[in-house]
Amino acid sequence: MSTTIEAQVLQPYKYGFVTDIGAETMPPGLNEDVIRLISQKKSEPQWMLDFRLKAYQYWLTLKEPTWANVKYPAIDYQAIRYYSAPTQQKKYDSLDQVDPKLLETFEKLGIPISEQKRLSGVAVDAVFDSVSVATTFREALAKEGIIFCAFSDAVRDHPDLVRQYLGSVVPYTDNYFAALNAAVFSDGSFAYIPKGVRCPMELSTYFRINASSTGQFERTLIIAEPGSYVSYLEGCSAPKRDENQLHAAVVELYAHESAQIKYSTVQNWYPGDENGKGGIYNFVTKRGLCAGNNSKISWTQVETGSAITWKYPGCILKGDGSIGEFYSVAVTNNYQQADTGTKMIHLGKNTKSTIVSKGISAGKGQNTYRGLVKIMKGAEGARNYSQCDSMLIGDQCGAHTFPYIDVRNSSAIMEHEASTSKIGEDQIFYLKQRGMSAEDAVSMIVNGFCKEVFRELPMEFAVEAQNLLGISLEGSVG
Amino acid sequence: MLEIKNLHASVNGTEILKGINLTVRAGEVHAIMGPNGSGKSTLAQVLAGHPAYDVTAGTITFEGQDLNDMEPEERARAGVFLAFQYPVEIRGITNAYFLRSALNALRRARGQEELDPVDFLDVLDRKLKTIGWDDSYMQRPVNEGFSGGEKKRNEILQMAVLEPKLAILDETDSGLDIDALKTVAEAVNKLRRPDNATVVVTHYQRLLNHITPDQVHVLAEGRIVKSGGKELALELEAKGYDWIREPARV
Repeated sequence: MSTTIEAQVLQPYKYGFVTDIGAETMPPGLNEDVIRLISQKKSEPQWMLDFRLKAYQYWLTLKEPTWANVKYPAIDYQAIRYYSAPTQQKKYDSLDQVDPKLLETFEKLGIPISEQKRLSGVAVDAVFDSVSVATTFREALAKEGIIFCAFSDAVRDHPDLVRQYLGSVVPYTDNYFAALNAAVFSDGSFAYIPKGVRCPMELSTYFRINASSTGQFERTLIIAEPGSYVSYLEGCSAPKRDENQLHAAVVELYAHESAQIKYSTVQNWYPGDENGKGGIYNFVTKRGLCAGNNSKISWTQVETGSAITWKYPGCILKGDGSIGEFYSVAVTNNYQQADTGTKMIHLGKNTKSTIVSKGISAGKGQNTYRGLVKIMKGAEGARNYSQCDSMLIGDQCGAHTFPYIDVRNSSAIMEHEASTSKIGEDQIFYLKQRGMSAEDAVSMIVNGFCKEVFRELPMEFAVEAQNLLGISLEGSVG
Repeated sequence: MLEIKNLHASVNGTEILKGINLTVRAGEVHAIMGPNGSGKSTLAQVLAGHPAYDVTAGTITFEGQDLNDMEPEERARAGVFLAFQYPVEIRGITNAYFLRSALNALRRARGQEELDPVDFLDVLDRKLKTIGWDDSYMQRPVNEGFSGGEKKRNEILQMAVLEPKLAILDETDSGLDIDALKTVAEAVNKLRRPDNATVVVTHYQRLLNHITPDQVHVLAEGRIVKSGGKELALELEAKGYDWIREPARV
């Protein structure tokens, strides 16, 4: 056994193919005309265009943030195309009318958008570059009063809801990328769960970037009325390219009294090659507002892809007795960088938050946990439990932890635990001595390490996540 | 079954084993004894293929195959089992899941069907009955929070489930109180069969009161300096290791 532990990390990215399909793509560049054109393409009402333009004007006054623990060359925002849609882009009455190449693409990715696969019990909104190409189970869900559709459809069909909630959790003034997204977002998913309804199936969106030099700026808005429940899954992938592509999404979750939203992500954007060339910049703002008393928002993320990840799914715990949770596995291999964590803002009385973060670094990967727990003055009896564990594979990677804690109410109870461990030769040897291959050994150790997060994932996703982790790390031990 | 010829091995450039010769036949129990630092544990690790050790000369033949050419997992699949002196902990993985994965890895390699959790529990149940243990720590993470004695017992349980042809017990007796020593030894005895063999590496004779060896070898400074029957162990216990080290140098 001559190879070292990190020598094995390299495994081809499975989802790196390109779909050859006609597309209507705008030339690179960003200005008011581009924004007007996007809005026009979507036949948006005036208020939507006004929102975009205000956001754009605000964005122009901002500077790109530099505080994250990641390094990358300056992004030329004028070199990015802000809109690309497969041609034949009209509304489909049935999936039979969707371009077979698109269906094939999603089949290849393992995403069941043909409704014959009803057994899988997951409703999917499939977003291809800038547009949503298909949303399954819409009618079945509509019977329960649930709205699940592309964001642009929601703007057209449910303008009052969109207008009321858009920007209510993540205002366009929130940060640089949120402002950019508000100006140029092209599509995404919209879900509305009426009062007292428990959504009978998992809702999910699959994001696929296909066109080159194109950014993807999607927006997701989920509204859970009092006493409702929804579990939502999100998956992503992109072709292998030498260039870096920007993905700047915004997700807003709004939970009314006693409503529960469970949001799970398996992020597998193209991470770049083993020399750090190419890959997606995943700069995402995700936040949930527990507006009503006893509401609950739970984020679970498995982040294995992207050249750079910059995201902090958080919860604003406004309602008394509301609960925020964040479970995260972030893997960085080769030259990947991740600066990810959460923000838990406690406003209401007896609010509770739980943070479990697992960072795995291999190759030359840099993994940073950054978290903020803020207990405001009125948050009597607030509680937080944070656990940040890092695992290192090899000796050229890095793990960093930046927990920020701001407590303004003395009744708060805070717990913080952190650990760093290294997959050692001895652990691998032990498992190999019991007959397991090096890959299976690493996979077992890593899966054990991530167990507390995986058990929060819906069943179908948990299996996918475990396999994905096996793939991302395959080759990391010899 | 196992034939070691002129085995030299080193770690970080320092030679630890300086020409070991040893033959173990099916059905036999061999004890390797010796003072601290004599190379006993190194021999156990080298047989299992630990990557930190370099074999610089000699051969290890196991059932006609050259072990030196094989990865640790290939040796395991061929039937070599090492009960570790310091078993590692694996967080988040239950003992039951770990054992099933290990057994299935061996079964796959042998072209046998893998066992699902239900079938595996049957196998496990039978094995636990054979060695007279309960299943109290099957749902706990592998070795995590185990006492020293529990870790050693766990190694023997793995041995029972994996049914190796050649089991190497590396200081399995260290850290065991007298009752635990007895249970472990009884389990090892129950697992003895005419077609398997056991190499017991130990510092003390006391384990050999319960596991009767066919041959005892004394290792000193990387060589086997004396071999004999089970009475040799008693002699060592009475006289210590010094008397045996001296004549070897002559």
